[in-house]
Amino acid sequence: MEFSEDQIDRYSRHIILKEVGGEGQKKLLDAKVCVVGAGGLGCPVGYYLAAAGIGTLAMVDNDEVELSNLQRQIAHSTATIGVNKAESARKTFEALNPDCNVVTIKERLNKDNVLDIFREYDVIVDGTDNFPTRYLINDACVMLDKPLVSGAILRFEGQVTTIVPHEGHCYRCLFEEPPPPGLVPSCSEAGVLGVMAGTVGALQATEVLKLILGQGRLLTNQLVIYDALGMDFRKVKVPRNPDCPVCGKSPTITELTDYEQDYCSI
Amino acid sequence: MDIKPDKSIDIKGLVCPMTFVRSKLAIESIGSGAVLEIVLDYEEASRSVPRSMEEQGHKPLLVEKINDTDWRLLIRKGSG
Repeated sequence: MEFSEDQIDRYSRHIILKEVGGEGQKKLLDAKVCVVGAGGLGCPVGYYLAAAGIGTLAMVDNDEVELSNLQRQIAHSTATIGVNKAESARKTFEALNPDCNVVTIKERLNKDNVLDIFREYDVIVDGTDNFPTRYLINDACVMLDKPLVSGAILRFEGQVTTIVPHEGHCYRCLFEEPPPPGLVPSCSEAGVLGVMAGTVGALQATEVLKLILGQGRLLTNQLVIYDALGMDFRKVKVPRNPDCPVCGKSPTITELTDYEQDYCSI
Repeated sequence: MDIKPDKSIDIKGLVCPMTFVRSKLAIESIGSGAVLEIVLDYEEASRSVPRSMEEQGHKPLLVEKINDTDWRLLIRKGSG
């Protein structure tokens, strides 16, 4: 594939970089990324990935934009209230970069559709707001051997980690089972500073680009914890658990499970 | 200097950073050890392009002013 004149201009600041260059930019244009959730995290992740020239970007969301989303979900607008979030994000991202083919998947992930959806993509991004979906995404990525970049935000705190199945830790190495409903507060109970989504989403997008480019060191076996009030970034080691029920030597979880969905959403 | 380039580009009319962007795309298209010839007329680029090429592992062989407005550079592609 040869770059068009517009592409040379559009991606010039990438092409200049030793770690990207024309060759790296072509990898980005050939890449397929699936972002689960077009909410607080999915919006900035998708926004920067579209700007970076990711060739195929799936946005998975079955919710509609609400006014209370707009404090942090920057791909949506007052004009798209009531519109499906994946669709609203698609309009924004395609206006930013027509090179980026945005695929909208207006479904809620479950054990019956997740494998077929993820199979098409090179990298999966978790921008969801609830534990059942987080565990489903983790298990599906381990089963398909797909790299997963996971992020979470609450109040003034954010977390990011990168899961490369069978090379580093997975979500269940950290916590084998999801917490019971109600134990961990959701954003709608606890609140969230809107900009947290941008900070954490930008870190996730960075990990996705590094994965595709094969550059730098990833957050495998590590968790970044960001405390915005203290403006403090900490890295915590997360060892792989050899007895992990899904990615360990003799896994006991070999089929996907839908945990009960009575968690509220961000 | 009697080196025959493997590829030549004329980027007269371009200014930084597009001078380096075009030069970099050209050097990516040749093999390690091959030589790229660049003709340009933006004075600053006669210094910045060789410097950036060197930073990215290539070897500037020649920078010469060939007339009142133009420079000619020869860069050997590195192995990285």
